Parts: sequence; C-alpha cells; structure tokens
Amino acid sequence: MSNERTITLRVNGREERGRFPAHRTLLEALREIGHMEVKCGCEKGDCGACAVLVDGMAVDSCLTLAWTAEGAEITTVRGLGDLESLHPVQQAFADGGAAQCGYCIPGIVIAAKAIIDEHPEPTEDDVRLGLSGNLCRCTGYTKVFEAVSEAAAVIRAGRSGQ
Amino acid sequence: MTGITSEAPSRPNVRFRQVGRPLTRTDAPGKVAGRTPYAGDYVMPDMLHMRVVRADVASARLVRLDVSRARALQGVACALTAADLPDRAVSTDIPGQVGRKRLDTGQQILVRERVRYFGEPLALIAAETRDVADHALELVEAELEPIPGVYDPVEAMQPGAPIVTEPDNIVAERRIRKGDVEAGFAEADVIVENTFRTPFQEHAFLEPEVGLAWVDENDVVNIRVSTQVIEHFRPIADAIGVPHNKVRIRGALVGGGFGGKEDLTVEIYLALLARRTGRPVRLEYTREDSFVGHGKRHPFVLTYRTGVTRDGRITALDVRMVADSGAYVFLSPYVLLYALVAAPGPYRVDNLDVFARAVATNNMFTSAFRGFGALQACAAYEQQMDEVAKAIGLDRMELRRRNFLKTGEPMSTGFVPPSAIWTDRCAERAWAALGEPTPARGPIRIGRGIGCYQQSYGRLTFLHDTSEAWVGVEMDGTVVVRSGVTDIGAGQVSALGQIAVEALGTTLDNVVVYNSDSAVTPLAGTTTATRALYMTGNAVKQAAEAVRARLVERAARAFGVAPDDVDMGFNEVFVAERPDRSMPLVELVRICGAEGIHRSELAMFRAPFTDFLDPETGQGQAHPDYAYGAHAVEVAVDVDTGEVEVLKSVAAHDVGQCINPAAVEGQIQGGAQNGQGYALSEEMLYEEGRLITPSFSEYLMPTAMDMPKVECIILESRSGVGPYGAKGIGEPAMTPVAPAIANAVADAIGVRVFEMPITPERIVRALKRRDGTGRLDSPA
Ligand code: FES
Ligand code: FES
Repeated sequence: MSNERTITLRVNGREERGRFPAHRTLLEALREIGHMEVKCGCEKGDCGACAVLVDGMAVDSCLTLAWTAEGAEITTVRGLGDLESLHPVQQAFADGGAAQCGYCIPGIVIAAKAIIDEHPEPTEDDVRLGLSGNLCRCTGYTKVFEAVSEAAAVIRAGRSGQ
Repeated sequence: MTGITSEAPSRPNVRFRQVGRPLTRTDAPGKVAGRTPYAGDYVMPDMLHMRVVRADVASARLVRLDVSRARALQGVACALTAADLPDRAVSTDIPGQVGRKRLDTGQQILVRERVRYFGEPLALIAAETRDVADHALELVEAELEPIPGVYDPVEAMQPGAPIVTEPDNIVAERRIRKGDVEAGFAEADVIVENTFRTPFQEHAFLEPEVGLAWVDENDVVNIRVSTQVIEHFRPIADAIGVPHNKVRIRGALVGGGFGGKEDLTVEIYLALLARRTGRPVRLEYTREDSFVGHGKRHPFVLTYRTGVTRDGRITALDVRMVADSGAYVFLSPYVLLYALVAAPGPYRVDNLDVFARAVATNNMFTSAFRGFGALQACAAYEQQMDEVAKAIGLDRMELRRRNFLKTGEPMSTGFVPPSAIWTDRCAERAWAALGEPTPARGPIRIGRGIGCYQQSYGRLTFLHDTSEAWVGVEMDGTVVVRSGVTDIGAGQVSALGQIAVEALGTTLDNVVVYNSDSAVTPLAGTTTATRALYMTGNAVKQAAEAVRARLVERAARAFGVAPDDVDMGFNEVFVAERPDRSMPLVELVRICGAEGIHRSELAMFRAPFTDFLDPETGQGQAHPDYAYGAHAVEVAVDVDTGEVEVLKSVAAHDVGQCINPAAVEGQIQGGAQNGQGYALSEEMLYEEGRLITPSFSEYLMPTAMDMPKVECIILESRSGVGPYGAKGIGEPAMTPVAPAIANAVADAIGVRVFEMPITPERIVRALKRRDGTGRLDSPA
C-alpha cells in the first residue's frame, strides 16, 4: 500500500500509533489498534453504533477518516468508565436495564454523554433528537430515555453536591 | 411506567428472594463499559479476511464463473467456487435438539448452475487483508444468463409459472378442519370477508453476521460465531464432510437475533476456508450482505371469511393463507404451521376451516422471525375482528369479550392449553390504560386500536425438544452454571443465573453462567421459539434443586430437623421460622465437600413429546402451551400527508411469572418498536427479486424520534409451564402490535389500508379512493 502513513491517535487519554492508508476510517483504525468497544453496524453513518467523542462532539467514526483525527481528543465508551468505576451514564444504563443485546450501547452511551454535556437538564426533545442517529433494535428506547434522564439527574446532583 | 399484578397466590412454601426482582442483569456492566466481546471482536494471529461473491440477479443460469484474476491478485490466499466443492448441499430446516428426522431441504452451498435469488453466493474469497479481499471481489467474473423468474406467491401457483422448487412450487400445505363450517355459516346473520397482506421484514439486528474459524490441534473446526443456535455444528459437519464431533461452535453474546441468526449464516463458508487454507479466517458481513444474506419474515396473503350472529357470536371461520417461501425452503413448513394453528386467534371458534400454503418464488428466502407465522395470522385476525364489529354495529371490545377463548377451552387444534387464559383481563387493562383521548385538531385525526393474541412458547411438540444444564456449588459457596443456551440480548443467561441462585440460597453476584459452547457446555437447544426460559430455565431449576436437596438434607441433619424445615437465602442456611438457628452457606458446602456429598448436577428437561397433528384435520397438540395478552395504541393521523404518529403504546401480557421484571419490560418495549416498524415504515422493496432498499437509510426502522414511551402492564397467572409458572414473552411482545396500530389508523380515518406497511402513500391513496367513490376502501 503506497499511500500509508503512521499517525498518532489520542484515545481515552493515551497516545497510540498505527500505520494506515488514507482511506482508512477512524472506526477501522480504532478497531485495528484494539479498540473493539467501537462497534460497526453499517459503515454508512446510518446507525450510530460506531459513535465516539472527537474533541467532545459525538461523531460516527465510520464517516471520519483516521488521518483527520490526528491531534484530536478521542473518547470511546471505555474512556468514560470501567467495570469498577462506571460513569454515571453507564451506571444508569446498567441499573435501568437499558442494555439488551448491547451492540448499540457503546454508541448510545457516547451520544447520551454528549447530550448531557450540552444540556445538563435535557428535555425529552433534547434526548430524542440527540439519539436520533443511534439505532437500537432491542429496547424500543423507553429505558434508554429513562436512563439518560436518570444519568443527567445524577450528574447534576454530583455537581451541586461538590 | 410499569405495573405488576400477581393475581393468583404463589404456592405456599415458595418465598422468592431472587426471582421476580428487577435485578441488574449479569451482562449489563460489561455491555455498558464496552468490555463485552462479541463474536466480531475476536482476532487471531495470521488470520485471513473473507468476502462472499454474490449473484446480482434473482433468476439465472450460471454460464461462466472465472476467479482466476482474483486468485492471481497478490494477497489472495484462496478463491473457492462450487467447482472446488464436492456436490454437497446444506440442510436448511429445523435445527437444534431434535429427536425427529429432518425433511429434505437441501440448499446448494455455492451456486453450481442455477441462481434462484438475488445475492445467492457464487464464490468465497480469503485474503491477507480486508482491502485485498474487497478488491478481489471485483475481479471475479460471473456470466449470468437470466431465466424468467416468479416473484409473487399467488402467481407462482398458476399453471405455467416458472418452477423454482419442483414439482409445482408448493413447499408446504396444511389444513385444519373442525366442526361444521357450512352449518356455521348457515347459522350466521352476517358474513364478513376480507383479504389482508403482510410484508417482508428485515431483522435488522445491529450486529451483522460475523464469525472466526480455525482448525485446532485435534483437527476440530472451531467457529466463534454470532448465532442463536450452536447445534448447527451438525449440519455444518455434514456439509463439509467431517464427523459431528469435529466441529465446535463457540458462541458469544449475540448483538441481536430476532430469528435472523437461527439459520446458518457465515459458518459453512468459514469452515470451508479454514480447512482449505489451514489458517484462521474471519468473515463479517457488511450491512448490505446482511440485508441480502439471511432470510426474511414471510409475506402472507390472508383471506378471512367470518360468520357472525347479530349479537356477536362467531359461528364459522374460513381462512385461506398463502406465504411467500422465497427461493429455498428453510423454516417455511414450520412457520406455516404456526400461522395455521394461530389462525382464529385467542377466540373460541368451533366451526373452523383453515387452508395454508407456502409457495416458492425467486424472492429472498424467508424463515424465522419473532412471531414466526403466528404474528402474521394475528395481523389478519385482529383487523378482521374490528371489521366484523363494524359490520354488525357492535363495540369492538364487546365483540372480543363475547368470543375470547377461556381457560380450559379447546383451541383451534382441539388442544386445551394447560395454563390460564387471561386475554380478557389483559385487554381490559391495556385499553383502560390509554386514558383520556387526545383531542383531534385540523387535519390531525385521532384513533385507537387493540390487538389481542395467542402465541406459543416452546417448540413444536412433535420435535421432541430437550434442554440440558449443569449446576454446581463451588467450595466458597459461589455457583457455576453450564448450559449451551445462547444469549441474544434478552438476558437469557442472567435469568438462568437468577433461577440457580434462588434455589441455592445465594445472590446474583455469586453466579457465573458459562454458555454457548457446543463442545463443553451441555446442549440446551436453540434460543428461538420463546423457548430459552421455558426449556433451559426448567433444566437449570431441576439441576439446582437437585443440588439444593442434597445440601438441605445435610443441613437438616446438622440442625436436627426435617429437611422441609430448612430454608436457604442470602448465603445463609437456616431453620425456617427460626432464623437464629443458622449457618453460613459456605460452611455447609465445606461439610458436603469433606463428606463427598455431590455438589453438582446435570439435568435434562423434556418438553411434552407428541406425534404430528392429524394430517386431515390438523387436530392434536402442536405446542407445550400458549401465552396471551393485548397491546393497545392511540395514533394521530394527518389526513393531508398520511403521516402517522403513535401517541400511546400500552402492553398488557400475562407472563405467568416474571423472573426479572426489568428484562420482561425490555422485551415488551422492544417488541412494541419492532411491531410499530412492521406496521408503518419498514419496507423491503424488490424489483424482479432484487432488493433496492439494502440500507438503514432506505429501510426505515422506528428511531428515538418515532417511539412513544411504551407502558407495560405485567400480569402473573403463575400458571405457565416454565420455571415457577413462567410463560414466555420474547415473541408475544411483538405479535399484537401491528394490528393494534392498523386498527387505530382505521379508527382515525374511517377507512382501512389492507396492506402493511401502512405508509403515508397508502393512507392518502385509501382516503382518495374513499372520497372519490363515496365508499369505504374495499379489499381487492
Ligand atoms: S457503523 Fe457508523 S453509523 Fe453505522
Ligand atoms: S440493545 Fe440491541 S440494538 Fe440496542
């Protein structure tokens, strides 16, 4: 492959290097360097399973070229929290039964985080609009809506408590 | 929003400590943390990447297939065509733990001479990288000479139609005859006849089909794959020509199934190339592959003719069904059987004639999908109930009330379901929960509809279904469950854990369930047919209770009381009513360990075994039992644009006994979404068998913008044949949704659209037709 370049990606606060051709999407690149938590559902920007935060904005990593993400702060679902230290969004999804097969969840949790960052007290419309690019085939969204509201409340309470 | 009503008393000495509580599922933390590996997340050193070359027409003769340029491309390890394979077919019918011989339902693995559907696999490519595999795909040259095809099942039955399946395209034909239909119609005051059409539907699980295969040191082909059915190791072994013990399926948590991962998907292609190349191979379908690569829901044409008296008593029912089986048989005969048995719905019909046929076409093959034929029947019988009510001027709830099948009464096949039939209370509760009507304004009309249903859980009883599970207690009091069951997202594994810890007196954080490995976990059968909880739940309960009995017996001796007086819970063993006399569970386990008391058990649960239904009359037992319930909706329809918005969506189901209420609600809410898409927006458009909507931007599922919050009303009759009286909820959750929506739309605009999905165009057309002729839309 002629048109390859070694780039540095900053993922979940760590610098990681990989050699990719110009057409390699951020989704493929992240999975190639081991970030299997980023899921592929369509590679066309239709489903949101591949969503990550790029400098705080939720984007479909399948529509982003890896080269263009150099220098940006990339956050995947694993960057939010881990099993022993779940992020309030992750905790609300787990406790509220919002994850069924879970395949959409890495993307939906990222979208939820972005919604709450932008609207600390999200209205139902904020939540629906913010999730409109994330398909889920299992849950019917009811518990997802509830989990996002719950997470926002927990985060607000945490802020005011500090 | 949820209410749970348990109206029947639980058995006296059962006090649930784990079962029935909305516990956080064992799989939830890993999933929300991004730590759960799915089948596509496994990689191996030296792994090859596969692609499938597909036919781009639906009916053709393969004149020439040349893979030489693909083979010559640098980085291509293998390009395989039918010419490289012995002439083996793969059986496509009933998988799993089946005690009966399968039908002859062979499908060619790769096209040899004849292409029968759009996307049928022609060749397999394995290459060093995905990029190279993609490139090689384009270098394959296929010369396909079109042959006239047939794309409509009714046309496919006409004399002279192109033949897809010898001799006459009819792949299955079934009948129920009960009572005296002629006399029943003679007794009727009014006869109502309508024809309803239901569409193809795509499962659209978010995780496309994916797997990884390698040959191990014992010459066993290992396949890590996203599947509902690990027992496919048998047909895979048959297809590649090795003994059954030389194929091992290791599942993973599945990223959605809904029936779409019930048939074989990528397994045989992986097995062939892993053996051929001697290297690990990975195959992940693109979304487009997924759209054309697995079977769809059967479209049905259903004609219902109902005889009814003025006071609303159904005197006779005659039903004709035609299902599109597509190019291969797959599960069509079974889907048809479900539709047949479900034909009258949850109503008492003593004079019944049902005639159903599944017909081959050059459309995409059709197979299992949540609801499995019974759902298509429900789409028709519930719309028909509203039409009958209208015809005799009776309230549609009242018509239903007067005809509901009651507990202890015989259903369509003459079989009396062993459990409670609570359709009536479910319907009343769902209907009442719609609350105050939303006011209409301007072009927005408001309508309401209900769908009631009967849906089996557990497989057809003539299949002689079994399920095994192993349960053991470790020396520190933790619990291990081993069972082959696959978890497709509904929390199957977590529910099994809950049942095991209930019996063994501990808590859900103390159990690990190993599942989905055809070589090392006891085979539990498929996660299909709403059977996982019923079958494997019972197997786990049997195994866990056998272990419990031995532990309790030893504890009773220690306490000097009778075993019946000993209870266990929250890691303590104690004398019932005397909690001061207790010991830690771990201590009891140590005693048992030291004394050689067996702390594990392998159990097999057997469903009822029956013969096939009477071939002439269709009478007999078809399933172990049935679930009943109702779904009610309120919709807003814009009569200018035809847009439909679902405003309220309420489900009321008798689930027998909740194992985990949160998981039950999740199933119900997901079913509501799946059914809403089926009713309103999900449309697979085919042109001469070619799918022209192979993406999520063309095939429109309900999004977060479209779904109302779904309200769940859970009733517990504790009468089911599952563990603790549980029934099943996986399929029932979806079955009544679409007709409820169709009835609500008809209620809103005063005219019925007889074909799903009920798109804005169809609504506008129906309104125009009515306004143009001054008559209600009438069926073709
Ligand atoms: S995989 Fe990126 S949006 Fe579907
Ligand atoms: S939980 Fe399965 S797709 Fe969302």
